[in-house]
Amino acid sequence: MTEASTIAVSAETGAAPGGDVQQDKPRSLASDAWRQLKKNPIFWVSVILIALFVLMAVVPQLFTSTDPNEAILQQARERPSLDGPWFGRDIQGYDIYARTIHGARASILVGVFATLSTLIIGTALGIIAGFYGGWIDAIVSRLTDIFFAIPLLLGGILFMSVMPNDQNTPYLVVVGKVVVVLAIFGWPGIARLMRSSVLQVKPNDYVQAARALGASPWRIIRSHVLPNAMAPVIVVSTINLGVYIAVEATLSFLGIGLTPPAVSWGVAISDALVGIRTTPHMLLFPSLFLSLAVLAFIMLGDAIRDAFDPKSR
Amino acid sequence: MAEPILTATDLVKHYPIKGGVLRRTVGHVKAVDGVSFELLKGETLGIVGESGCGKSTLGRLLMRLEEPTSGSVVFDGIDMYSQRGRAMRKLRRDIQIVFQDPYTSLNPRKTVGDIIGEPFDIHPDVVPKNGRRKAVQDLLDMVGLNPEHINRYPHQFSGGQRQRIGIARGIALNPKVLICDEPVSALDVSVQAQVVNLMEKLQDELGLSYIFIAHDLSVVRHISDRVGVMYLGKMAELGEEDEIYGRPTHPYTQALLSAVPVPDPTLRDKKEQIVLKGDVPSPANPPSGCRFHTRCWKAQDKCKTDVPLLELRPDGVGEHPSACHFASPREVIETVDVSDQEVVFKAEVRDQASFEQPQRVGEGTQES
Repeated sequence: MTEASTIAVSAETGAAPGGDVQQDKPRSLASDAWRQLKKNPIFWVSVILIALFVLMAVVPQLFTSTDPNEAILQQARERPSLDGPWFGRDIQGYDIYARTIHGARASILVGVFATLSTLIIGTALGIIAGFYGGWIDAIVSRLTDIFFAIPLLLGGILFMSVMPNDQNTPYLVVVGKVVVVLAIFGWPGIARLMRSSVLQVKPNDYVQAARALGASPWRIIRSHVLPNAMAPVIVVSTINLGVYIAVEATLSFLGIGLTPPAVSWGVAISDALVGIRTTPHMLLFPSLFLSLAVLAFIMLGDAIRDAFDPKSR
Repeated sequence: MAEPILTATDLVKHYPIKGGVLRRTVGHVKAVDGVSFELLKGETLGIVGESGCGKSTLGRLLMRLEEPTSGSVVFDGIDMYSQRGRAMRKLRRDIQIVFQDPYTSLNPRKTVGDIIGEPFDIHPDVVPKNGRRKAVQDLLDMVGLNPEHINRYPHQFSGGQRQRIGIARGIALNPKVLICDEPVSALDVSVQAQVVNLMEKLQDELGLSYIFIAHDLSVVRHISDRVGVMYLGKMAELGEEDEIYGRPTHPYTQALLSAVPVPDPTLRDKKEQIVLKGDVPSPANPPSGCRFHTRCWKAQDKCKTDVPLLELRPDGVGEHPSACHFASPREVIETVDVSDQEVVFKAEVRDQASFEQPQRVGEGTQES
């Protein structure tokens, strides 16, 4: 018996997968996904676009030295030209190029913070509901249903009319209110996704094994459930970032999101409407930037989803 | 005789069935319904039975991954189900589990070092922090894996190697009892042998007691000292390995054994396969009296009303526990030639006058 087992043992040790020599570096799902992403041109296009927009948001002075709030009324509605202001001037005589560059900050801020807050709230509630189940799950799930039932725009209009902005409201408070609206109405989607993902991970034997070892619930969540349940939520959040930027523009367009003097693409689109037939360039440039930013985040989300989905390989 | 390390008494686990709009409990799935046994120090107790008979639930109850409906498990003198918090965690060090599917029992995002080292993170007093890497490598070596593979991920290993990792995690805390829930049924036959041999080697080295749950009768016979046969949440028969395989007295055990293929073509024609009628009844609504009476060729009115107890009943040579009112031995063609002790025993049994004739048995059975 002992002899047979030693032979068997050595046989299998010798037959370890052929990768011994070529690769000693561990390959995790994340590193596999990264290798996949590196080869995807869509990923690189979206990353470059996003990097550009983030740069615009952080240091707009790199792109333009013109003050976006400098209004030259006598040149209002000037057409785009290569030697004048590149994108022309709007109805107030603002330089559209400068305003579009400076408008990126509001969009990126709203997108990033709305995504982060929905991610934190949604993930926490989704994990609690999925992991503990029972009446906690019932309460959280009904709560998400309630929030799902309220249309985002209606909720946004209500929220903003209860807490209106005026000329003296600080910039960050104006942005913060939009983030709060998006977080309140955006978390249920993430929470549902996280809950279903946790329900999928929880019955796995490695979770049971950790329980059998005496691991605390917090430890099981932190080191087993969360890492294995995060992938879908990260993908959806990336896509949502683009969606939130679009929703911010929508709210601003309706006059309930960011309000002047805050500079944003949504505000610019709203202002451009008066001259849509005579001076369409006022509408074109902010819309173009908005679409590109939304597209970049959605493409990035798609690329990440493909990379993390082993079935697509 | 060695003393028992784990004693289960009348273990019961009923899962509620919720129905209707109000999610009221409309019934219970009686997964485990009154199972008692003892596990002795250093022995291997095999638990066999077909799918859905409650084997795995029994294993989870013994691990306290599920709370029982009633019954008790005494481990090393401690009542397991009354332990809370720190005491329960301490108890968990002594009783560990190896799972069936090596593809889901290892966290795909952790390295082998993290997986096998996790027991030491949870119980930091077992191994000092700076000795953990060494301890993990020793474990890898012990289960026959290359200690240099400590930084690899589970998907870089084959099924058999993964099961070794699972075993290494199970023995990391130096437990006294290892519950093996079908540890080899997801592996192919050649790898099964390696893993079973590894488990026997570890038992010799570490003095482990095993509860070996499986549906493969020959694997269980190979590794077990004693075997329990389960049917519909109850223990049908319990005895030494040669008592169960050589002279089973419960009709269900006899039917199970008759279904094992015979590797010897000269004996194949002599073997009479008992084909049971019907399907396994639903554990939500088990038959009255003896659970097996709906499919048993010996069943009489008594079986429908009286629950047969698992008590010592004569088996032709001695006696061993069997839960059948009409327990009696029946010739079973030896299916696996494990050792010569069976051959001696068979010759003895053939001389027994009380031996039941196969023809009589054949009346209630169908030929395959």
